[in-house]
Amino acid sequence: MASSTSSPVQLSVPRGDSPFVQARRAFVKNRAAVLALLVLLIILLSAVFASNLTTYDPVKRDAKARTQAPSAEHLLGTDALGRDLFTRLLYGGRISLQVGFFSVLASALVGVPMGLVAGYMGGRVDNWIMRFMDLILAFPGLILAIWLVSMLGVSITNVIIAISIGSIPTYARITRGVTLSTREMDYVVAAHSMGASAARILRLHILPSVVAPLIVLVTLSISSNIVAGASLSFLGLGVRPPLPEWGAMLADGRGYMRNAWWMSVFPGVAIMLVVLAANVVGDGLRDALDPRTRSR
Amino acid sequence: MQKYILRRLLISIPLILAIITIVFVMLRVAIPGDPVYTLAGETASPELIEAIRQKYGLDRPVWEQYFIFLGNAARGDLGNSLKFGEPVSSVLAKAFPFTVLLTVLSVGIGTGFGLLAGVITAVRRGSWIDRLSMLIVVFFNAFPTFWLGLILILVFSVGLRMLPVEGYSTWQHFVLPVITLSVGQTALIARLTRSSLLEILGGDYVRTARSKGLAERRIVLVHALKNSLIPIITVVGLSFAALLGGAVITESIFGLPGVGRLTIAAIADLDYPMIQGGVLLVAVSFVFVNLAVDVIYAVVDPRIHYE
Repeated sequence: MASSTSSPVQLSVPRGDSPFVQARRAFVKNRAAVLALLVLLIILLSAVFASNLTTYDPVKRDAKARTQAPSAEHLLGTDALGRDLFTRLLYGGRISLQVGFFSVLASALVGVPMGLVAGYMGGRVDNWIMRFMDLILAFPGLILAIWLVSMLGVSITNVIIAISIGSIPTYARITRGVTLSTREMDYVVAAHSMGASAARILRLHILPSVVAPLIVLVTLSISSNIVAGASLSFLGLGVRPPLPEWGAMLADGRGYMRNAWWMSVFPGVAIMLVVLAANVVGDGLRDALDPRTRSR
Repeated sequence: MQKYILRRLLISIPLILAIITIVFVMLRVAIPGDPVYTLAGETASPELIEAIRQKYGLDRPVWEQYFIFLGNAARGDLGNSLKFGEPVSSVLAKAFPFTVLLTVLSVGIGTGFGLLAGVITAVRRGSWIDRLSMLIVVFFNAFPTFWLGLILILVFSVGLRMLPVEGYSTWQHFVLPVITLSVGQTALIARLTRSSLLEILGGDYVRTARSKGLAERRIVLVHALKNSLIPIITVVGLSFAALLGGAVITESIFGLPGVGRLTIAAIADLDYPMIQGGVLLVAVSFVFVNLAVDVIYAVVDPRIHYE
């Protein structure tokens, strides 16, 4: 204590790696999850650079090439209008991935603040917000989405809106649950007694603890929202033809199952691959972010 | 308990009322299109249009239509379907049994297999059977329902010619739809059971049971499984409620005339009374399933009391 006059007590806290670094290390150890992340990246990149990966046009018809089986010329065959299936899958990925990503973003942007406010304020505000969430939950998801799309009109943006509304309650509930338990923590009580505003407490002290469970939820719901988007197109409510979209391509293939199996098999494989990869990444993240499973 | 059930039913009335009101208002205010034209055809004369409008009370102000609808609904009259010309309640009564049958069979079978797989994999944790089963579960978890349905048709109906493609006249028609829906349920329940059991099997009272020399089978099936049931019941309840709302996709792939397909068709046809009836049915089922889940909680876990 020679020269220091500012702090009479020396704090010595062992400085380990931050939780984020630990989680990243645990995730990288999980080979399946890393592989799945790689698959997702490849699919994403091949959708982005679709025009560089194929010479065919996704929309232009070719009367001479109708319903051709997979060959060297058409890797995955052609559809009933003579369009190259591989090309349509690549371009279709753009729409499916957009639907998955933006719908998750939209529901998180609405649901998370609602959950934060409900959990932190409690009482009547909490009650009103959560009853409202119950109301949304009481509608069957797909019917709600179908209804919204037929009300708003068929377009990609409206599909995204329709899908995201149904999953807002999930985000609100999870956020609220974490907020409720974090609110009672000593450091939050301390911040409060030091006069920090509710907005500051929510942003700096509570939001960070919501992030880990949310990352997992986001990865898992990207896949379920892609499926929901594909389901809407499958029912004819997603994307207008001739734009390629995986669900719509499946619906097209349905009428040709007897003589052109590839039309209904490959779009499904694409959807499944994305869903599978996103689920495995989500599981990997959950294991990596949860200290209880990480230590095992 | 009876008092609790009664109170729960009472507080669910505002919820159902709110849903019905939202549907009612949105149908009339926000959806473009006029149901009268779907009924009379685009080329109908103005007189005919006006006559139909009057017959169904669509010429009155929205709030008046709303109170007439509420008054009738309270007496069990949901109005006549614009498309079928029959009472909505009797159209729903014809469709609901298909939906219930499909729901009970798929959730039942899926839960049964899921529990079995979950228990086996939890007990044999880390063994090849655990790893193989979990691989299969992850795989089927990712199978989109509509694609699974198509693949099953492709293999069993088109390829092997073992089962009919669509329709509902024989029991064979239900085999593929039930498989389509129960595969996902099995995967879901298996995963949940496994993780839930693994957590319980590490608990103190399981160690006590082991040290008392109880048979492992008894420990797992009686002590541990019973305590891991709560999250499983929650999820089964959610699947039940979701499927009762109509397995829209599965019903339309296999041509089953259930509630889901009916509601979708009603939305496309702007059949207002039919949509309202369908949504009401779904909301009421949702409330009852949730209540049933809470009651089952108390039966399974005596620590849970409702006052």
